[in-house]
Amino acid sequence: MEITRRQLLTRCTQLLVLTGTAAAALEKNGEPPGPGGTYHMADHWWGMMIDIEKCIGCGNCVRACSKENNVPEGYFRTWVERYQVTEDWEHPKVDSPDGAINGFPANTDPNVKSFFVPKLCNHCADSPCVQVCPVGATFVSPDGVVLVDPDYCLGCRYCIQACPYGCRYFHPEKHIADKCTLCYHRITQGLTTACCEACPTGARRLCDLKDPKDPVHEFLRNNMVHVLKPQMATGAKVYYNNLDGSVR
Amino acid sequence: MINGVAGYMYPNEVELQWSLLIVLYPYITGLVAGAFILASLERVFNVVEVRPTYRLALLTALAFLLVAPLPLQLHLGHPERSFEMLFTPHSTSAMAMFGFVYLWYLMVVLLVEIWLEYRADIVHAAQTRTGAARWIYRVLTLGSQNVSAASRSIDDKAGYIVTLIGIPSAFLLHGYVGFIFGSVKANPWWSTPLMPVVFLFSAMTSGIAAVLVIYAGASLMRRTPIDMRCLDTIGKYLFYTFVIDFSLEMLDLVHRTYEADESFRSLDFMVHTRLFVSQIVIQIFMGTLLPITLLAATQVLRLSEPVRRRIYISASMLTLIGIFAMRWNVVIGGQLFSKSFLGYTTYKVEFAAREGLLSAIMLMVLPFILLFVLVKLLPPWEEHEVAEA
Repeated sequence: MEITRRQLLTRCTQLLVLTGTAAAALEKNGEPPGPGGTYHMADHWWGMMIDIEKCIGCGNCVRACSKENNVPEGYFRTWVERYQVTEDWEHPKVDSPDGAINGFPANTDPNVKSFFVPKLCNHCADSPCVQVCPVGATFVSPDGVVLVDPDYCLGCRYCIQACPYGCRYFHPEKHIADKCTLCYHRITQGLTTACCEACPTGARRLCDLKDPKDPVHEFLRNNMVHVLKPQMATGAKVYYNNLDGSVR
Repeated sequence: MINGVAGYMYPNEVELQWSLLIVLYPYITGLVAGAFILASLERVFNVVEVRPTYRLALLTALAFLLVAPLPLQLHLGHPERSFEMLFTPHSTSAMAMFGFVYLWYLMVVLLVEIWLEYRADIVHAAQTRTGAARWIYRVLTLGSQNVSAASRSIDDKAGYIVTLIGIPSAFLLHGYVGFIFGSVKANPWWSTPLMPVVFLFSAMTSGIAAVLVIYAGASLMRRTPIDMRCLDTIGKYLFYTFVIDFSLEMLDLVHRTYEADESFRSLDFMVHTRLFVSQIVIQIFMGTLLPITLLAATQVLRLSEPVRRRIYISASMLTLIGIFAMRWNVVIGGQLFSKSFLGYTTYKVEFAAREGLLSAIMLMVLPFILLFVLVKLLPPWEEHEVAEA
């Protein structure tokens, strides 16, 4: 078939216009970008409040997280530590049998100060794990959650080395770095995290620092609040009330 | 109590993330950088004594450089995605620069310098050899058959410039590898600004030692006499760089001990227990103090040629073991203690696993096979030696 230059140009222009229109239509009618229909990432800045005195070390949070997120056995997105501190507070005895997925055996020593410390990703604002990722597969979302793109992660494990809190692990089946997502699939639907929902005493509470009505503001104003390893200057957003100086 | 764990580790820390293969990575890149710096001594600083090893050092650097990315590639969870590091590098990541630093060093420095150095030989081979070899050399000429005196003079000038660029590039290559570790603030065993400098000097030490051993080994295999002036000079440079390297490492140790920050007790305990053999016995005594003492003896005592030769070769082999132990202690040692400073884990090398001992052995044998091929293709020996052979 013979085709003139004019016809070729016309067809190319038509194709361009039609492709552009189709893309625009698809974007309008298809799934909107971002996690949910009414959810706007820029309106939130997620973190967590943890009240040490309320934690009873039951391990409900660990079990709930494991089930909700299909966490492989032997790895932990959240875990609970038990500190047993004597007068030599710089050298506490710490245990966390299987991440406390089944709670703890009873403490038999009455002469120690004993308390529980739930741990999870601190969703740092200046996250060292995000800094070191060679391809940007791990990133801080606009609503302040540190996430890993499973289709992009190389599995180099530099981020695992860079996390000061031991919150990341190498997924044995997916062969990528994995970690707490702050139940991103839930919180963007208006729900709380699995661990917070399962906590019987309200020791863990999800918080939104951009929401002026969130109790976090009162929590931060009225309590002796600390983050883990503040000397690391990571901008951690898991806030602990009454955190003992012996906790690492 | 979890198997192999003493005290308390965060539960995700029990398993080591960076294995034996990541020990090989800085070791191999170190050999590359060191071999190149030795080669540049002759080219830029006009140390004519090391001329017999100039070409051999370049080929050694190339053989090891070609293997350098393989341990990383084998280690990745998704090696098929590794090219993303070149296409979509993350600008804040120290690791993201590896591909660029590597390619710069390979394409801009090493291959160009080797080609310029060998061009006349390649053209000559393309004209005189027959069969498949003729075609290989023809391709290697890259279409340039001009070997006139004027053209060789241009080669020489260009080679000089490439070596000038090459020296800071070699420093960059290995200093950068040190920075990958030294910039991890979460890990006090790694996090020190001295790390790139220590890596650099240990790289020079190991590269010089490797070329010395390869030169001596090749001479033995080819039944040609070893040039003692050359060996004495390399031995002297090995001694100097090793003394600087050891001083830097001791500075780091003294600084850590004197400062004794929150991690000190934990690290100190680790050095006295789990790292005792690999750090104190193998790295410091056997791999550093002993070769430095041996090399010092050659500098201050009047020793006969055969004795000096034996000393240089054994000191170099001990050096290679010592620097390997140093890489091991940095990479593996940095993962044996908990970031809570309350416990320690264990690393057991598997044998026939992807990141096991067998893979590591194969990766360490591979550069020698490549070097053998390169030496056959581009003989590094002086012309009169070739004629004798």
